[in-house]
Amino acid sequence: MNTTEAPPLTRKDFQSDQEVRWCPGCGDYAILSAVQQVFPELGIPREKFVIVSGIGCSSRFPYYMNTYGFHSIHGRAPAVATGIKMTRPDLDVWVVTGDGDALSIGGNHLIHTLRRNVNLKILLFNNRVYGLTKGQYSPTSELGKRTKSTPHGSVDFPFNPLNIAIGAGATFVARSVDIFMPHLKAVLKRAAAHKGSAFVEVMQNCNIYNDKAFAALTDKAGRQQNGLYLEHGKPLVFGDNKDKGLRFTGTDFEVIELGNGKSEDDCLVWDEEHANPSLAFQMASISTGDGLGDFPVPLGVLRAVDAPTYDAGVIDQIDELTTARPQTLDQLIHGTDTWTVDAGGNVHRGAN
Amino acid sequence: MTLPIAGQTDAGKAAEATVSDVVIRFAGDSGDGMQLTGTQFTNTSALIGNDLSTLPDFPAEIRAPAGTLPGVSAFQVRIADHDIHTPGDAPDVLVAMNPAALKANLRDLRDNGVIIVNTDEFTPRNLKRAGYESNPLEDDSLNAFRLYRVALTTMTRRALEESELDVRSKDRCKNFLALGMIYWLFSRPLEPTIDWLRVKFRRRPEIAEANVKVMKAGWNFCDITDAFQVRYDVEPAKLEPGTYRSIHGNSALAIGLVAASRRSGLPLFLGAYPITPASDVLHELATYKHFGVTTYQAEDEIAAVCAAIGASFGGNLGVSCSSGPGIALKAEGINLAVMVELPLVICDIQRGGPSTGLPTKTEQADLLQVMFGRNNESPVPVIAASSPANCFDTALEAVRMATAYMTPVILLSDGYIANGAEPWRIPQVEELPDLRVDFHQNAEGFMPYMRDEQTLARPWAIPGTPGLEHRIGGLEKEDVTGNVNYEPENHDHMVRLRAEKVARIVNDIPDLEVEGPQSGKLLVLGWGSTLGAITGAVNQARADGLTVSRAHLWHINPFPRNLGDVLDRFERVLVPEMNLGQLALLLRARYLKDIETYSKVEGKPFTRDEILHRIERMTGESNQR
Repeated sequence: MNTTEAPPLTRKDFQSDQEVRWCPGCGDYAILSAVQQVFPELGIPREKFVIVSGIGCSSRFPYYMNTYGFHSIHGRAPAVATGIKMTRPDLDVWVVTGDGDALSIGGNHLIHTLRRNVNLKILLFNNRVYGLTKGQYSPTSELGKRTKSTPHGSVDFPFNPLNIAIGAGATFVARSVDIFMPHLKAVLKRAAAHKGSAFVEVMQNCNIYNDKAFAALTDKAGRQQNGLYLEHGKPLVFGDNKDKGLRFTGTDFEVIELGNGKSEDDCLVWDEEHANPSLAFQMASISTGDGLGDFPVPLGVLRAVDAPTYDAGVIDQIDELTTARPQTLDQLIHGTDTWTVDAGGNVHRGAN
Repeated sequence: MTLPIAGQTDAGKAAEATVSDVVIRFAGDSGDGMQLTGTQFTNTSALIGNDLSTLPDFPAEIRAPAGTLPGVSAFQVRIADHDIHTPGDAPDVLVAMNPAALKANLRDLRDNGVIIVNTDEFTPRNLKRAGYESNPLEDDSLNAFRLYRVALTTMTRRALEESELDVRSKDRCKNFLALGMIYWLFSRPLEPTIDWLRVKFRRRPEIAEANVKVMKAGWNFCDITDAFQVRYDVEPAKLEPGTYRSIHGNSALAIGLVAASRRSGLPLFLGAYPITPASDVLHELATYKHFGVTTYQAEDEIAAVCAAIGASFGGNLGVSCSSGPGIALKAEGINLAVMVELPLVICDIQRGGPSTGLPTKTEQADLLQVMFGRNNESPVPVIAASSPANCFDTALEAVRMATAYMTPVILLSDGYIANGAEPWRIPQVEELPDLRVDFHQNAEGFMPYMRDEQTLARPWAIPGTPGLEHRIGGLEKEDVTGNVNYEPENHDHMVRLRAEKVARIVNDIPDLEVEGPQSGKLLVLGWGSTLGAITGAVNQARADGLTVSRAHLWHINPFPRNLGDVLDRFERVLVPEMNLGQLALLLRARYLKDIETYSKVEGKPFTRDEILHRIERMTGESNQR
């Protein structure tokens, strides 16, 4: 046996030999870089990672990661990943998907994976547009959006991905932004550490079909003015000089100016572990995510609760029954009622 | 056979007659327990050693309005003292629990057949519901039959006078009164059913004992009164020595998949979504977790197949099971498995269609769907089970092809054999095929799409293996490296390569065997569940002095190597199919041979006589030429 320890993994170990073929300037590059930086820090052997994707720009992701990868079909990555995780609990299974892949064609698989709490990490790159099919509106596109398929403006109401996840019972729900590297890495690490379905919305710029979609949040000024960086156990404050806060009235959130008698003590202290998901749902609802409304964009971990995972439940049943009911294949094939015909043609009940 | 009216008589007792073969149909309302009654009669007859074949026929509605024709549920069983192939063309005995059951089934009954009716249900209201203008028990419409009027409900209540069950629960036992009578009429023992009841209702012994009591009452009624003048017996069949059990097709399929899992060393993963008539495979495999079986009731058919593909990627034996509408939904997933070249078994338990069609009835009309119902060039091996017991061997063979060639395989069954039962000679485990699989381990020179020279299979390299990290997906692959590749020449090469890989399976499947003369005027060629009716018809035709051969396809894609040669050796080829000629279309296209189709798409299997008459007509025509 080799007793010398393998050298620690580096970012380079996770870069595949394939040429990355996203458009220059695409937000996906930054996310790829963040994942390649985070994976070596997780203490998991490279061969134990599997990245599963569906169809779309984001779903090319596995090709660029030097891990096991499966670029599946449109919308179905959570289903493929569920099959892998149920049968191979030793693997660390990540799903990479987009707003069209996860919320339109694959909406059913996403919600059922989340409700079951399959131990998967799901990264949804939300650029609010169909990129690979060249610019149609998506289920997260804002009302009135003009695209090739909505030349007169979209009349579809969009989904808020966080609310879908929380509504489906996800046990870990978080949000970050493609170019907020330290924040994104921290969120990815939290997701990696979560036992159960970890849903992460990564707001991502498509500089070809939906450029500056999140500019109000991502430009220099917006980062502080319009970003609400959630921290467990800390009051909800934001703004250039932490001069604003969020108060919970009992039914709604409201923005308050700090000072003049109002302090952090008036702001709600964020509790990501709150058992009832309704507060997280309400938090997700304060903004559509673009930073253009009256409220800031919640970023970070909205919800992180412990719950049994589906895959562990399935495997526990199999393990228990395998011990409790030993049976040979021969016994299974025979079943309970047999009869035997002997060489003389006589029939008697039972086996030989 | 017609049941004799007279037999050997002992003084004061019913005459006794031994018959070689009898067909009994139990018919009643959906809630009357006819499937259960028929199954009990079948199992008891199996334990006696009869050959047997069953045909359950039930409505798609769980409980259609009571007493109506759509609500009639029937179970036909044929038992014999010799080798039989079908559940029988026409019943000798009909048990009709109500007027609707009588009306719906009478036309099938043999002349002079026995009818046992529950007179309690022949009320003006029920007669009207069944569409009778006058009471058939009182007019002359049943004169061609031997009618036995029995007040089943009244007798059941009387038998349970001292029971504390409520009236509704008491009335539910009436099927066991009928069963007790039929057990007496055909000289069957009651013990196997009594044993079964006491196990089944071990937590509610009052229910078990009520049914036992009622069944005995039915038996005693026949024994004490002279209701029947003749009592019959069917002796054990002279089956090949061995140990047997009675088995349904779906059960044989489930057990076959577990056997394949054990013989391959691969844990079994079933992804499924409930659908008639395939759900029983899910139900049964869900009880085999102690064999390491994972069953996954997915959110839809697509997730079911995709999860199975994921399981295969991880090194499990991925299986998905459905019926025609579900297979349509799985098409894109199956194509993904074609592209990523992973083993996968998809079972299609066919039913009547198109669309929702006739969910509980049988049909063989998915053949072209499974051959061609996917986008682009998508070669998938296809194999079809021909009888309930054959589902076991077919499962093993499907798994063998899937793992040896790294390909999805489609296994066809249908509602007739899925729900039908027959005796199965239980195989020795050590005689089952060795399906052991080696995962690729060696990182040196590894490429995900390098190939075995003989089978063209790519290596199965599962996640978790150091040094074999690789990516697969639905985009076109460069041969050997598996990298995404859009080059025209590479695509042409890969399309041909995937086809060639499936075509090469022909190298290790058996040649088609012709039963009867190896060449001549007429070959009856079948596939799937028509085996029984074709065999019965051809055997009868030969007994009648006609010259006819038959053959039955197990592998449909690829066809056995000698199929073209076999077709050429016969002047005429008849293909009976429960569709409008789908196998015939494939044969004509492939072999440029004229094929004569005999179609029947009624949601029920061919009878022996239907095929026999066609053979008689064709051989008659040949003689005139």
